[in-house]
Amino acid sequence: MAETFIHAENLSFSYQGSNGGDDVPALKNITLDISKGEYVAILGHNGSGKSTFAKLLNLILEPTAGTLIVGGTDLSSGDLSDEELIALRRRVGMVFQNPDNQLVATIVEDDVAFGPENIGVPMPELRHRVDGALASVGMSEYADREPHHLSGGQKQRVAIAGIIAMRPECIVFDESTAMLDPLGRREVLDTIRMLNRENGITVINITHYMNEAALADRVIVINDGTVLMDGTPDEVFAQRDRLREVGLEVPQCAELIHRLREAGIPIEGTAISHVESCAELLAATLRGGEPAHG
Amino acid sequence: MDKIHLDHVSFTYSAGTPFEHQALDDVTVHIGASRITGVIGHTGSGKSTMMMLLNGLSKPTSGNVFLDGYDVNSTAKELYKTWLTLPEYRNLRKSTAKKAIRKEVEARKRRLCFRVGLVMQYPEYQLFEETVFKDIAYGPKNMGLSDEEIRERVLEAARFSGLDESLLEKSPFDLSGGQKRRVAIAGVIAMKPEVLVLDEPAAGLDPIGREQIFEEIRRYQRSTASSVIIVSHSMEDMAEYCDDMVVLSQSKVIAAGTCEEVFSKVSMLDEVGLDIPQITQLMRRLRKMGIDIPENVYTVDRAVEILKRYYQSQKGNLT
Repeated sequence: MAETFIHAENLSFSYQGSNGGDDVPALKNITLDISKGEYVAILGHNGSGKSTFAKLLNLILEPTAGTLIVGGTDLSSGDLSDEELIALRRRVGMVFQNPDNQLVATIVEDDVAFGPENIGVPMPELRHRVDGALASVGMSEYADREPHHLSGGQKQRVAIAGIIAMRPECIVFDESTAMLDPLGRREVLDTIRMLNRENGITVINITHYMNEAALADRVIVINDGTVLMDGTPDEVFAQRDRLREVGLEVPQCAELIHRLREAGIPIEGTAISHVESCAELLAATLRGGEPAHG
Repeated sequence: MDKIHLDHVSFTYSAGTPFEHQALDDVTVHIGASRITGVIGHTGSGKSTMMMLLNGLSKPTSGNVFLDGYDVNSTAKELYKTWLTLPEYRNLRKSTAKKAIRKEVEARKRRLCFRVGLVMQYPEYQLFEETVFKDIAYGPKNMGLSDEEIRERVLEAARFSGLDESLLEKSPFDLSGGQKRRVAIAGVIAMKPEVLVLDEPAAGLDPIGREQIFEEIRRYQRSTASSVIIVSHSMEDMAEYCDDMVVLSQSKVIAAGTCEEVFSKVSMLDEVGLDIPQITQLMRRLRKMGIDIPENVYTVDRAVEILKRYYQSQKGNLT
């Protein structure tokens, strides 16, 4: 079992009520562990509490109750020093939804250098980090461009490079592909996968897109501030009706398998999250029990 | 009958400067009346530019935009010759007739933005009034309608957009994101446009939110028989909710027609990097694996039907 990176136990968070009204609970007694190097997708409808969870991970919000330990640091104690807070935010980076709100400099490489420069990374090392970060998101040739001339997907990759330059252990993507077109989305998702597989970075991807969640190793479904499901994409998408009840759906492939089974066609197997595996399952049944090709 | 016809339309931004960019290149499109048309393409493919041409926000660099057969950018000067022979102008003195024609052309231009209603991307950022009611009423008020008519229209638009009447006196800023978006859509619907254009109406919504908003748009279209144009990146959504599709790539139209016609060119859509629906990918893959099924399947409903039939025929062969 890999080392635990995030440990949440009975974690709760409430937003303060406006105009002296009651507090609004957003997360209720969440208990879960995420290991180092995992690729986790978090699903939930608007207002389910999934973004709140993300914002607790690097103390943009402070837990109201319960325990939250991230990379060995206890975030729920409420007495982190400034140094500890800075160290935490270096280790857990966040990429947000709107590509236009995250870039601060007028030149791409200055933007990537902004974070490390602020924590005092000295010159030859800084250069090295910026170049490396831009290379890893495939944006080296844009180093001296102006960010506002880039496409949405390119901007998000620059934002990711800015975080990579901080040498984080974990990156949280909070609906980072929601405003991108299919090409931009693909660019960002490929980058996420590469960071996870090759650099061992723990990835938490909060998303509305089921096809995107299917790319993760593990899917956590949050509803009404609690963990409703937690498993592999195949395990989660097997529970179509429960997902539907909480305003979510399954990828089209999985939906097809569910509907054919309801119609009495005996499709064996559980690998329903991806086009390739679904095709194998279907072909096996449709050929009338002959083994799939190959 | 075409509701909208773009005839050899080109549009160039910042012509003659180093930033010159051709956003539309000789585009000819027919958009049917009383249908839902999906316009699909990547960022920068020219989709938004095309939308701006429809209600006169921009004029084409060359080519013509017709609404019900009338060139929306025509000038009085161009029309004198033909219109002077029309019964309503024929018997007037020439100078009076010319004046009347000029007036009519200008009136048509003004009416254009009410006839073609545009709902921009993330329209919830454009709300500004104190109450939801006032925000929805803004358009009809500008049309110079009576208070009674305005009230009727606001209520009807709110109903179409799935907004509860109890929300009308609230501040739009106290609503959720999805509700705000509905207010913005209602504000355009309240003008009763003949053509409703929506740019990414479901962007950023969760799956059920997406479904609801598309269902509402479809219900609105079916009950008003108006023409609806939806701009989107999502082939899956467009396949589900549109009658027709126009696919733009690099400033040109590369496919147009009914969804079925467009999806029959699925390999080409794949080539230009559009996200073809997962169900279409799956059915193509099965076909490649030797399962004899049609290739251009683009909805789950249709796939279920086809595979059920296939399975039954196979079973029949075995027994």
